[in-house]
Amino acid sequence: MILNDLIAVKEKELASQKKIVLRCCMAAGCMSSDSKGVKEQLEKAVVAAGLQNEVEVRGVGCMKLCCEGPLVAVDPKNELYIKVTAENAPSIITALKGGKVNVEQTDPNAAFFKKQLSIVLANSGIVNPERIESYIAADGYLALHEVLNEMSPKEVVEAMTKSGLRGRGGAGFPTGLKWGTVAKSPGAKKYVICNADEGDPGAFMDRSVLESDPHSVLEGMAIAAYAVGADQGYLYVRAEYPLAIARLQLAIKQAKSLSLLGAGIFESPFNFNVEIRIGAGAFVCGEETALMMSVEGKRGTPRPRPPFPAESGLFGCPTLLNNVETFANVPAIYRNGADWFAGIGTEKSKGTKVFALAGKIKNTGLIEVPMGTPLRTIVEEMGGGAPDGGKIKAVQTGGPSGGCIPSQHLDTPVDYESLGKLGSIMGSGGMIVMDEGTRMVDVARFFMEFCMDESCGKCIPCRAGTVQMHNILDKILKRKATARDLAKLEELCDMVRNTSLCGLGQTAPNPTMSTLRFFRNEYEELLQPDTFGAGATHSETVTK
Amino acid sequence: MKKLQFKQDALIEVLHKAQELFGYLEDDLLLFVAHHLKLPPSRVYGVATFYHFFTLKPQGQHTCVVCMGTACYVKGADKVVEAVQNQLKIKAGETTADNKVSLLTARCIGACGIAPAVVYDGTVTPRQTPESTLEKINQWVKS
Repeated sequence: MILNDLIAVKEKELASQKKIVLRCCMAAGCMSSDSKGVKEQLEKAVVAAGLQNEVEVRGVGCMKLCCEGPLVAVDPKNELYIKVTAENAPSIITALKGGKVNVEQTDPNAAFFKKQLSIVLANSGIVNPERIESYIAADGYLALHEVLNEMSPKEVVEAMTKSGLRGRGGAGFPTGLKWGTVAKSPGAKKYVICNADEGDPGAFMDRSVLESDPHSVLEGMAIAAYAVGADQGYLYVRAEYPLAIARLQLAIKQAKSLSLLGAGIFESPFNFNVEIRIGAGAFVCGEETALMMSVEGKRGTPRPRPPFPAESGLFGCPTLLNNVETFANVPAIYRNGADWFAGIGTEKSKGTKVFALAGKIKNTGLIEVPMGTPLRTIVEEMGGGAPDGGKIKAVQTGGPSGGCIPSQHLDTPVDYESLGKLGSIMGSGGMIVMDEGTRMVDVARFFMEFCMDESCGKCIPCRAGTVQMHNILDKILKRKATARDLAKLEELCDMVRNTSLCGLGQTAPNPTMSTLRFFRNEYEELLQPDTFGAGATHSETVTK
Repeated sequence: MKKLQFKQDALIEVLHKAQELFGYLEDDLLLFVAHHLKLPPSRVYGVATFYHFFTLKPQGQHTCVVCMGTACYVKGADKVVEAVQNQLKIKAGETTADNKVSLLTARCIGACGIAPAVVYDGTVTPRQTPESTLEKINQWVKS
């Protein structure tokens, strides 16, 4: 494969494109509402109407508005059909010939779509994730070619630093700095790992990216591998995402058959192979050192850092570990230039962020917005506010490691620093909206139970602390706790946060602390007057 | 195992395959895996019990997995679980005495746009209520 071959594939694909394209969502959300049946019926209807030469029915990735699925879009008419069923789908085809359509439509120019800026999701819902030619037609693998032929690894790292991209896994570590550290680490063997262990409940951005545009992640990994000098990559995917795994396996096979992965990519001396590792349901494996243990086939327990993975990671070799969304940003950065990327977003947070909008909100689905967009725009304009005219009470970001942002702070811009100031985190991108009917103490207990179950048990503050905090929260909810228990809870939060070994323990108290900060009255309403003697109230919390 | 070249770091892949073939991980199966990958049985057992995905007990004929992710939880997944628990007189993670139905909960299946979601025998079903879930369960129990 050389550049001319790549361009030939692209031109062939574009030339074979038919006049009308029906894009049918084939991501996991719509698939569960029988989008497969919809697609089959559409294909049959096209044949029945004799339109095979003019109409293409294309299975694509996520089209973002998941709550209204299955979705079918018609190009170039710019129509978007919602809640399509296998029964009413054929009427979309008859409508092409002037017939009447009996499927609901929605406005593709609504705020939900208009306010989005797609970089990571640019191909999502457009290309067919099961055909590499479709990705190449959208300028796929061009960035890899340019990087391999025209840039030295050092220049690649420099461009990444200049772009200002920060890790999208949650912590926001500058990606260029990370790449530079791995590149400088001595060692003949290096690894690149993609963290696709999206464990945060309520987050599904990475699943959608993998299902909708797997090649952009592979291309991003290959560019990263060239920059740091690695020749082997691992994709660590959750076992809960069977469709994403299947599409990745197919994507790797296709890329290998076109020599876009493997030995001597684009006839350069650069080799890169990718293997998939399937997780087995452990939240802690999203932590980088635990993830590497799991890739090695061991129990996923974290270890103290340093040494950082950049120096000694997988099998003791220097390892670069980035999240799915981070890698998916990479090809676009090299295609459009670092300056272009640095021009989007805020001073310290560049580019866009994908959020999974869910919970008590009208429009649920995926959104990608520039950094610095106020939460209010996302929740009220794009999300359409709470359903049934309810009032939004809080927005939860960052999953079990994040916090709840109350409605009075909705004007906060979305970037790493602003969310941190409110005691929450950017996190991987889960955004759960809660309305007046949601009890905050209940939410705090829900997340604490999660952390308690998912604690790997290696360090004591996290193993024992989460159990104790959960018991106190449970006691408060059962109206058996006193002010003394609440004080104990706050003390424990502080202790677990400061003494735990890894990110799971250090952030486990966040949901409790942020709800205590903004909704303390809800806790206090549940407290009982302290009528017992000193010490007696704690007996229940000590055992378990 | 042969396909994975008996690599020790592929232990989790091997266990996935084993569970897919046999439904659950029996002690003998774990010993077999340990022997062939030349790993101590303690290591294999440790890994099998560490990860939630692996089960050492046989499952019922039908499985009902209720997603308990945050989005499903705030939309009432807890009530779905409660209803099934009361109906079948089992707790989440258990199987009925006649070995017909297993009730499980998942951390998050990433289908938050269609919450609350329930997976019946591997098929994700959107927007479930306690009533719709019980209807499905009752069909299984009767069959």
